[in-house]
Amino acid sequence: MKKLLMATAATALMAGSALAQTEVKLGVLFGFTGPIESLTGPMAAGAEMAMKEVTDSGALLDGATVTPLRADTGCIDNGLATSNAERLIADGINGLIGGDCSGVTGAILQNVAIPNGMVMISPSATSPGLSTMDDNGLFYRTAPSDAREGQVMADILTERGIKSIALTYTNNDYGKGLADAIVTSFEAVGGEVTISAAHEDGKADYSAEVGALASAGGDILVVAGYLDQGGLGIINAALDSGAFETFGLPGGMIGDSLPTNVGPDLNGSFGQIAGSGGDGIEKLTGMAGDAFDATSPYTPESYDAAALFMFAMQAANSTDPAVYGEKILEVANAPGEKIYPGELAKGLEIIKGGGDIDYVGASAVELIGPGESAGSYREIEVQDGKNTTVKFR
Amino acid sequence: MDFLNAIVALANFVLIPAISYGSQLALGALGVTLIYGILRFSNFAHGDTMAFGAMVTILVTWWMQSVGIGLGPLPTALLALPFGILGCVALVLVTDRLVYRFYREQKAKPVILVIVSMGVMFVMNGLVRFIIGPDDQNFADGERFIISARDFRAMTGLDEGLAIRTTQGITVVTAIVVVAALFWFLNRTRTGKSMRAYSDNEDLALLSGINPERVVVYTWLIVAALATVAGVLYGLDKSFKPFTYFQLLLPIFASAIVGGLGNPLGAIAGGYIIAFSEVTITYAWKKIAIYLLPERFEPDTLVQLLSTDYKLAVSFAILLIVLLFRPTGLFRGKAL
Repeated sequence: MKKLLMATAATALMAGSALAQTEVKLGVLFGFTGPIESLTGPMAAGAEMAMKEVTDSGALLDGATVTPLRADTGCIDNGLATSNAERLIADGINGLIGGDCSGVTGAILQNVAIPNGMVMISPSATSPGLSTMDDNGLFYRTAPSDAREGQVMADILTERGIKSIALTYTNNDYGKGLADAIVTSFEAVGGEVTISAAHEDGKADYSAEVGALASAGGDILVVAGYLDQGGLGIINAALDSGAFETFGLPGGMIGDSLPTNVGPDLNGSFGQIAGSGGDGIEKLTGMAGDAFDATSPYTPESYDAAALFMFAMQAANSTDPAVYGEKILEVANAPGEKIYPGELAKGLEIIKGGGDIDYVGASAVELIGPGESAGSYREIEVQDGKNTTVKFR
Repeated sequence: MDFLNAIVALANFVLIPAISYGSQLALGALGVTLIYGILRFSNFAHGDTMAFGAMVTILVTWWMQSVGIGLGPLPTALLALPFGILGCVALVLVTDRLVYRFYREQKAKPVILVIVSMGVMFVMNGLVRFIIGPDDQNFADGERFIISARDFRAMTGLDEGLAIRTTQGITVVTAIVVVAALFWFLNRTRTGKSMRAYSDNEDLALLSGINPERVVVYTWLIVAALATVAGVLYGLDKSFKPFTYFQLLLPIFASAIVGGLGNPLGAIAGGYIIAFSEVTITYAWKKIAIYLLPERFEPDTLVQLLSTDYKLAVSFAILLIVLLFRPTGLFRGKAL
């Protein structure tokens, strides 16, 4: 009996390792429900497109197939996010794309990724707190830290001649971190922040919050919240009561649903979101076609996160997170041949031939410091009910 | 000019929101107080009864919108309201037959009925989420504003805008009509008088030939109508989300208790007291102070007593103060 058990175990192990050669599983752990649910659909589609591209090419690790496994974080639900992350680990993923919102990403990193030695690449967690978290080299992100977004926002405000702002943020890691970054940067260039007040998501009525913001005054109201949640409620309440007419919209507020839901009164409001111009995003848009909107926020970053995993695995010739983890910075940065979306197979071949690549991807990936994006931003202005990209910075 | 601006700002950010919120609370508190006065228990399921009535109204509204029935500038939900009331009446009568009647026949103590109503609350809560889902539902249509802030500024040339939403206007008008009808019913009709008699002294009412089951049915009818109206008005004015109705329970109970449980006038007064306290205590008075005070007294801070996060805490605090110093409430209701 004992022998039989051992034999079975050995066979299972061998089968497992043989499978690992041919099948790579990547977890896609985003908030498919919750405050940014309108963004996560295209994000997941972007990541899965990169996996399909590689699978179809057969260039990864001698013809490995890459399978996505989706799971939900709820964006703000730490319990749900960590239990789903543990489920993915149990399902045998080789890498984890996610989480999406900063709070849950921190929770997944500390409670699941670090104990299990799993590498995470988040396409959208932007809290500055994640830069300094002790991550054992397991955490990377293709989105820039909000500290950088604070500077960009301060620049945009100054260029538009805005002297004072009222600021409200969603009461969580993301909102607080971003609000602090905006206050610090804007005051450093001589601007005045009349009030910096939190708001809770999911309330029926924001007139009291808007009353306080209106009383403090300011040229515009900056809403560091979520476009499907309290952020939308604050903007509607502010427009209804005539408290503010122009809004500053950081990354979490940029999405097609906001101009649609608010209507023409939003025209003239402006903001910024991580993203870049150039060939990469155009190629991705072309590849996505009608399947999904590749310019939707954090979608290019998601494609790039998936691509980085596969390049790193190829470079290390292994799907073991402990082995390929350190290769991520190598494939993302110079020197090497520049690789754009749609050229993943080419990049994999170069690495296989012993060459070096500099993955540019759809979001102009350049990982700095503790493995986070250097941060190029799209400046957005709402014109005729559409988010229009004014320029890149 | 500064004085006018101050008044307009006050009206825009304090008076109008507080009056419409207060009307919604008053309607809710009336239902709670009627049940307490006549059926003699605190009905914790009231918030979810409101949600259920509002949900039926929303479903009928959506159907009406899809076949093109509308009220022009007024929200279609007003047309759908009678159907919502019917649905809600059916629900509470079924609940009464299945649950409350059993305990009434046992002459159960009020505290047991309170616990029973909590169970009913969870069932209704689940029922609403099961049917319409836990998310925000939008069912408001028609003209959005009676007067918008931009138009007001253009008309008067003042710096401050005054916005009155259609839903806020409808809330106040409906509340007045409903309350007037309720008081007429309680004071002038035979059934109303028998309900009051039953509330004052059950045994005497029985002796004088009042049929208790009839009184109970009428009470549930009125409570269902009040709950549905309150729920629909709140949903129209703010937004419909099952969970917010559950949270509404606290301010509603605070209103009913502050006014004096079992006293309809008290419920109305309590609704406005709670609404005005919540809004004025969490409002930042800086803007108004700047308009009114001479320049050297202008405040640097927001002049905000409590952050808006503490809105619910305000109703709690008032509730505690009233229970400590005047347990029967301001209008001498029944002691808890």
